[in-house]
Amino acid sequence: MSEAPVLLEMRSITKEFPGVKALSDVNLAVRAGEIHAICGENGAGKSTLMKVLSGVYPYGSYAGEIVYQGQEVRFSDIRASERAGIVIIHQELALVPGMSITENIFLGNEPRRLGRIDWKSANRKAAELMKLVGLNEDPDTLIKDIGVGKQQLVEIAKAFAKDVKLLILDEPTAALNENDSQHLLNLLRGFRERGITSIMISHKLNEIEQIADSITIIRDGRTIETLDVKGQGINEDRIVRGMVGRELSSRFPDHTPNIGEVFFEVSDWWVRHPVSAERMVCKGSSFNVRRGEIVGFAGLMGAGRTELAMSIFGRSYGTYLSGRIVKDGKEIELKNVADAIAHGLAYVSEDRKAVGLNLLDDIKTSVVAAKLSKISKAGVVDKAKEYQAAEGYRTSLRIKTPTVDEGVVKLSGGNQQKVVLGKWMFTDPDLLILDEPTRGIDVGAKYEIYGIIQRLADQGKGVIVISSELPELIGLCDRIYTVFEGTITGSIERRDADPETLMKLMTSTKKMQMS
Amino acid sequence: MSRFAELRKHLFGGTTSNARQFGMIFTLVGIVALFEILTNGLTLNSGNLITLVSQYSYILILAIGMLMVIVAGHIDLSVGSVAAFVGIVVAKSMHTYHLPWPAAILLGLVVGALIGAWQGFWVAYVGVPAFIVTLAGMMLFRGGNQAIGNAETIAVPQGFRNIGAGYLWEVGPDTGYNNLTLLLGLLACAAVVVREWRARKTRQDLGAEPAPLWVSGLRLAIILAVIVFATLRFAGGRVGTSFPISGIILAVLVLIYSFITRNTAGGRHIYAVGGNSRAAELSGVKLRRVNFLVMVNMSALAALAGMIFIARASASGPQDGLNWELDAISAVFIGGAAVSGGLGTISGSIVGGLVMAVLNNGLQLLGVGSDQVQIIKGLVLLLAVALDVYNKRQGRFSVIDSIMRPFRGSTPIPVTPTPTPTGTEPAKTPVAG
Ligand SMILES: Nc1ncnc2c1ncn2[C@@H]1O[C@H](COP(=O)(O)OP(=O)(O)OP(=O)(O)O)[C@@H](O)[C@H]1O
Ligand SMILES: [Mg+2]
Repeated sequence: MSEAPVLLEMRSITKEFPGVKALSDVNLAVRAGEIHAICGENGAGKSTLMKVLSGVYPYGSYAGEIVYQGQEVRFSDIRASERAGIVIIHQELALVPGMSITENIFLGNEPRRLGRIDWKSANRKAAELMKLVGLNEDPDTLIKDIGVGKQQLVEIAKAFAKDVKLLILDEPTAALNENDSQHLLNLLRGFRERGITSIMISHKLNEIEQIADSITIIRDGRTIETLDVKGQGINEDRIVRGMVGRELSSRFPDHTPNIGEVFFEVSDWWVRHPVSAERMVCKGSSFNVRRGEIVGFAGLMGAGRTELAMSIFGRSYGTYLSGRIVKDGKEIELKNVADAIAHGLAYVSEDRKAVGLNLLDDIKTSVVAAKLSKISKAGVVDKAKEYQAAEGYRTSLRIKTPTVDEGVVKLSGGNQQKVVLGKWMFTDPDLLILDEPTRGIDVGAKYEIYGIIQRLADQGKGVIVISSELPELIGLCDRIYTVFEGTITGSIERRDADPETLMKLMTSTKKMQMS
Repeated sequence: MSRFAELRKHLFGGTTSNARQFGMIFTLVGIVALFEILTNGLTLNSGNLITLVSQYSYILILAIGMLMVIVAGHIDLSVGSVAAFVGIVVAKSMHTYHLPWPAAILLGLVVGALIGAWQGFWVAYVGVPAFIVTLAGMMLFRGGNQAIGNAETIAVPQGFRNIGAGYLWEVGPDTGYNNLTLLLGLLACAAVVVREWRARKTRQDLGAEPAPLWVSGLRLAIILAVIVFATLRFAGGRVGTSFPISGIILAVLVLIYSFITRNTAGGRHIYAVGGNSRAAELSGVKLRRVNFLVMVNMSALAALAGMIFIARASASGPQDGLNWELDAISAVFIGGAAVSGGLGTISGSIVGGLVMAVLNNGLQLLGVGSDQVQIIKGLVLLLAVALDVYNKRQGRFSVIDSIMRPFRGSTPIPVTPTPTPTGTEPAKTPVAG
């Protein structure tokens, strides 16, 4: 592999934003036909580097040079890089939810005949592309009606509609489940055989270990090293060492749980889908949480875990039909989110951009947004207290930012997630529900977040963790509920939790005897 | 850091800021200077400044309410009609039913709030877009005005006229100036100094580094000079005239609403709803209540504006309030608010409104016809917003109106203003362009 010629070389790239040096003197060399992974902590500068490469940040807004196919290139915008065959799929998908798969694939790139869109050839080509990426859907299906896994495939099909030579994927599997991720990785292997070069950013190191030919590690905006996977026998621990600069012996902090009484109990919870009346998203779910306990919810994508959590959190999803919530021995009714917050519930959503944050806000206003009453008197916000609260979380959660006056848009994905976490810790909840809390978060920060979760539990709070990563649930939780199509199918104690048992319960309707 | 960079950083707030507002202050200064020269000093003379304030205070009052409506992600097209409707109701109540004028003002505000509740009901609880609800309201209340007034003009009594045409009284020794206006100016100076001092202290208490002393001093000197100049002009007009009562009403409203939008939980909620309504809802904000109150507030302010207008015109007529919504909306957008909601400030809208007012006034002084005035105003609106969009796209260093707000972490500027439903990162261009 290493004999292949260098396709792309980025030399001493430096990129500054007002007040932040995101990249300094970064070098990257990618060989033709390889899969090149880029690893680094949140805010290391991975996405920024790829945006420089793809012309999102045009020539002139950064220093350094890009040599592609032996020539220096200066892209003025994203179209210029696309003409050169460099296509980027961003960390957040850029599809139009109300348009069909075909329309999205050819958006901005429509095949024309005599000035009109040639739908016949568009449909034919779309079918070919969909076959190429293994997407089994009607091309007229709307994007909003297919899952994230398939949406990701549409993005790739869209890239291939553009004659791609170098494909850049920024955390393509962050929102995907195990199966969809594997499908995508196989696809990339297929592309490699056809001579297409890929650059992939991911925090899922096991995937990188599986698929990458070489790995470039970036830390604090600098290139640390480039590893040759096959030649050097690279494993996950080696990558982690490069990323964080020290050995990380375990992925989960040591923790001795101190579990008390059941304090939160949901029984026979029925919720209907918001639009289709005959679909139930929660079918008589019952579960409980004890003080000091970390409870996991395992299930496949679409099992209804998010829906269950949100419907409990002030009926913010679907139509509530029936069910009881008992907290500290008293039945409570949570008719809206304000009620839920007042009763000590907090819900950290899985989609921080769409529903977790107001992207126009700065960090400090975001952190206090869910409990303004805590820092205000007679409705007047005390800005000094606000600043102090935000500063507190900036240090304790290690949010990477010069000041808390900074806008949340400017933070890297992982740091935005920490802001959301801080926002809900600020409400002093008794029960903290975390929906995919470590999505898009680097290994080091994951370790920190696990530590935070454990500390919250030690303070006597209950924590619910919804996650698609079984190892995470197994490593972190004291007990795990499994959910299949809206039904809770089992409750597994920590000592009995293994991937096979969980997987079985996550994929069958047969209820296990509750322990 | 060089002196200049330091000045720029502290005066204009470094990275977190609002470029258009700051640019607009310069535009305002530029326009004032331009007309001052073109009109041979007529623009800044006492009489004209006094006219300017009393002639445009009601538009600026509308701009305050409109800012909040737009920040929440709505629009209100009915303000002119609501003002006219309330005007005729108030005039008739005094003229035909002999209601004492203070009671009539109260009646006007209540009618305004009721109209707002009607519109707010449709917007917040039924979910009809505000554009449609207020378009309907525009017709409804214009028609209502003509129905109640029989399309005729109704005069208002003397006492009532003070809110639109009154001035501060002449009291105390003969200084050659209006003493109350002087006092007001003094108070304003003191307030500005105290504010700057407290801002520095707050920053110090928080352990953050305050701006260097000389920057604070320079900023203070500029603001104080402007206040002193304005005070002397307003106080030194024709005997019997001074700072208009309507200007005082406006100033009080600006202070109150700036405080509400910046420092209260309720104000935060308006920005939250406009910025990302789903996120706001999941943070416990009561969406409907916020939307409802914003609409109620707008109509109440429109009612006040309508009353000030008929007080100044000394009568209410069928053509009152025509096209006011356009002026108010323009002021807000020139002042830096985002069309998609979530961004904008009261002070910015006031500056935007003043730009429009000075432009109007200056062109009239020059004898330019109203047709051409319209054309010029339209172009200014377009250019102001276009320039801002262009600046954002270039990712320019952004600046702030920290001249007006010494200590405030203001809202940041996203590169594209609308977060799309797929949640695209604002810093990026869609792949397919
Ligand atoms: N538009 C911007 N303005 C200012 N700072 C920015 C901007 N975009 C990124 N940054 C800063 O640049 C640094 C690198 O960000 P980048 O998004 O490249 O990180 P990343 O490595 O992709 O992280 P993650 O794994 O969390 O996605 C961060 O400190 C971030 O705050
Ligand atoms: Mg990134």
